[in-house]
Amino acid sequence: MEASGQAAGQAVALPRERARAGEPWAARVGRAVARGPLNILLAVLAVMWLVPTLGLLLTSLLPATSITQEGWWNVVAHPSLATWENYRAIFNNSAITSALWTTVQIAVFNTVLLVVVASLAGYAFAWLDFRGRDWLFVGVIALLVVPLQVALIPIFTIYQDTGLFDTVLGLVLFHVAFGLPFGIFLMRNFFIGIPRDIMESARIDGASEWRIFTRLILPLGLPAIASLAIFQFLWTWNDLIVALTFGRNTQPLTVAIFSQTRQFGSNIELIAPASFLSLAIPLVVFLAFQRFFVQGLLAGSVK
Amino acid sequence: MEASALPAATGTGRRRRERLVPLLFLAPALVFLLVWLVYPTVRTVVRSFFGRSGSDFVGFDNYKSLFTTDTLTTAIKNNVLWVAVVPAFVTAIGLIFAVLTERIRWSTAFKTVVFMPMAISLFAAGVIWRVMDQTDPSLGTVNATLKVAHDALSSSGALTTAQPSSPALTGSPSSGFVLRAVVRPGGVALMGLTAIPPGEVPADAPDAARPLPRAGAIDGVVWRDFKPGGGRPGVVEAGEQGLGGVDVELRPAAGGSAVASTTTAANGSFSFGGVRPGDYRVAIAASTFSAPFDGVNWLGPKLITPAVMIAYVWVWAGFAMVIIAAGLSAISREVLEAARTDGATEWQVFRRVTVPLLAPVLSVVFITMVINVLKVFDIVLSVAPQSSQDDANVIALAMWRTSFGGVNDFGLGSAIAVFLFVLVLPVLALNVRRFRREQ
Repeated sequence: MEASGQAAGQAVALPRERARAGEPWAARVGRAVARGPLNILLAVLAVMWLVPTLGLLLTSLLPATSITQEGWWNVVAHPSLATWENYRAIFNNSAITSALWTTVQIAVFNTVLLVVVASLAGYAFAWLDFRGRDWLFVGVIALLVVPLQVALIPIFTIYQDTGLFDTVLGLVLFHVAFGLPFGIFLMRNFFIGIPRDIMESARIDGASEWRIFTRLILPLGLPAIASLAIFQFLWTWNDLIVALTFGRNTQPLTVAIFSQTRQFGSNIELIAPASFLSLAIPLVVFLAFQRFFVQGLLAGSVK
Repeated sequence: MEASALPAATGTGRRRRERLVPLLFLAPALVFLLVWLVYPTVRTVVRSFFGRSGSDFVGFDNYKSLFTTDTLTTAIKNNVLWVAVVPAFVTAIGLIFAVLTERIRWSTAFKTVVFMPMAISLFAAGVIWRVMDQTDPSLGTVNATLKVAHDALSSSGALTTAQPSSPALTGSPSSGFVLRAVVRPGGVALMGLTAIPPGEVPADAPDAARPLPRAGAIDGVVWRDFKPGGGRPGVVEAGEQGLGGVDVELRPAAGGSAVASTTTAANGSFSFGGVRPGDYRVAIAASTFSAPFDGVNWLGPKLITPAVMIAYVWVWAGFAMVIIAAGLSAISREVLEAARTDGATEWQVFRRVTVPLLAPVLSVVFITMVINVLKVFDIVLSVAPQSSQDDANVIALAMWRTSFGGVNDFGLGSAIAVFLFVLVLPVLALNVRRFRREQ
């Protein structure tokens, strides 16, 4: 989800070549039979990877009265057990709904801001000449792995002094800062791949750097911007430590759920649906944009 | 910013603007990096040499407590374990998955399923596994699965709640039941049990055998001393079922360990042949009364770190798989085919061609995982209950708990943060060197 997440997103979408069309069908059937055990093994593994999430979903559908007495598989055996009652309850719970709204604000606001700041800097590092450029970029690379723990205490003090403590803005700014090294790195590497001729001809036409940036670079950089936006969105949506440190009443979903886990067991009917809600949204974003990745990649690879 | 709209610039003005433009593009990013990353890092290093109040210089005292306080040394030990186990494990799983998915038709679906946990927060993943890891097998998925396996493996007739049917037999399920009377070769042992749930005796179990005395041997029977309608205790009657698969021991009456042991037949009969003259006691071994499986305590102090690790591997395996699969698709098919044509087995191709060619990708995945594992935080907090958090402690969590979780010692917290920073420094240097070589 962090630095190398970008490569990950692309690779999921990598088209797989299947160039064995000309084979006699007997050979194909033979291979399929030979691979039966492999298919079964991988099916078992896929189930193992799917069951935990599915288990949480089905647990969240159990009636509150029996949630501490029976396992989620009872819902599979008796589908009539399932109820949306727990979800109705959390949507009537103002602590959860306001946390959801806070999460949306933080994730959207900070993603937009990060994309703007990172693209500007990425363009400067890729196409503008200035003294110390390479050194500065090495500095950015060095910051890639800095653990955010080193900033928590000083920023905590600064936020308390400036009134940014316990505000959405304070959380947003912190997330932007820690998303920047990766963001700049990603943008710069993508922008630097834009053909020189395009840039030169724009400059010869007398376009200003700002104009080149907005009219040329941003449209061309859309695939990279999309992946950066998705990673940052997921990263901040899923954050716990930053919000836990710099918020009290400004609670995103993760913190709201966390404060409930202290009495885990007595309140699974709240924790399970709220957790599923908090993970369903990034999951949808991820699955939806996986397709976006495929299109962008295919368009890029045709060239 | 619309520079082209400005009147044609003079030579020096133009040069100044050329210098100014990059600065304008960079300024927002630089402000963020300086204020939120660079300054705080320096400040944290300085702060780590001051005590709790922030005004008393304490030198290296905070670093000393880092290595002498119990909860903190546990955190360091656990983190060492994390680094030793998890990155290698995740990389290996990723490699295996990547290679195997190459050979199936539904590889995209498989990859999506395994990669999906990456979209979920580590915190929510922790909640998922906390639900999975509940101890009660009727609630926790992991223990429910283990129970199915446990019940399938242990013998069908395991007695859990059996009691003696008459005072002739004494003892308890945990120590086993012993026949009060001494038995000599040529004697008979009748061992009646009651209070056995119907499910623990097969419905088609035969009636109990009535043992007859035999010279030089001790024969006997273990049976369910009960039948619909009652029956007389201590007497083997028609309609009373034998208990098969019961472990029976022959012990010297004077004490000491068993001299012989056997298992009853389906009709409950057993026999010790060729017994030397002497006094013996016959006992039903404790192993017969296997306790029901009540689940492994995953969230307890002993197993909490492995439990968190399993959850973490579940999340990150997809990442490793996807990166390695991308590296795999970049390997030339001809190289692999050439090796196969030369008669290499699939294992040799994997071991001698695929893995060496993938080495750079594998090391990237491994190093990324080391960094991630050093910073592990959220998932520990959500899998481990309050009661096991000291046992599951890791450096990043220790830093947070020391600074914000009640102790509120910013000096010690800063020292832990600096320690964490020092641990990632080698990777930082590696990244910088790799970049400079590429330039």
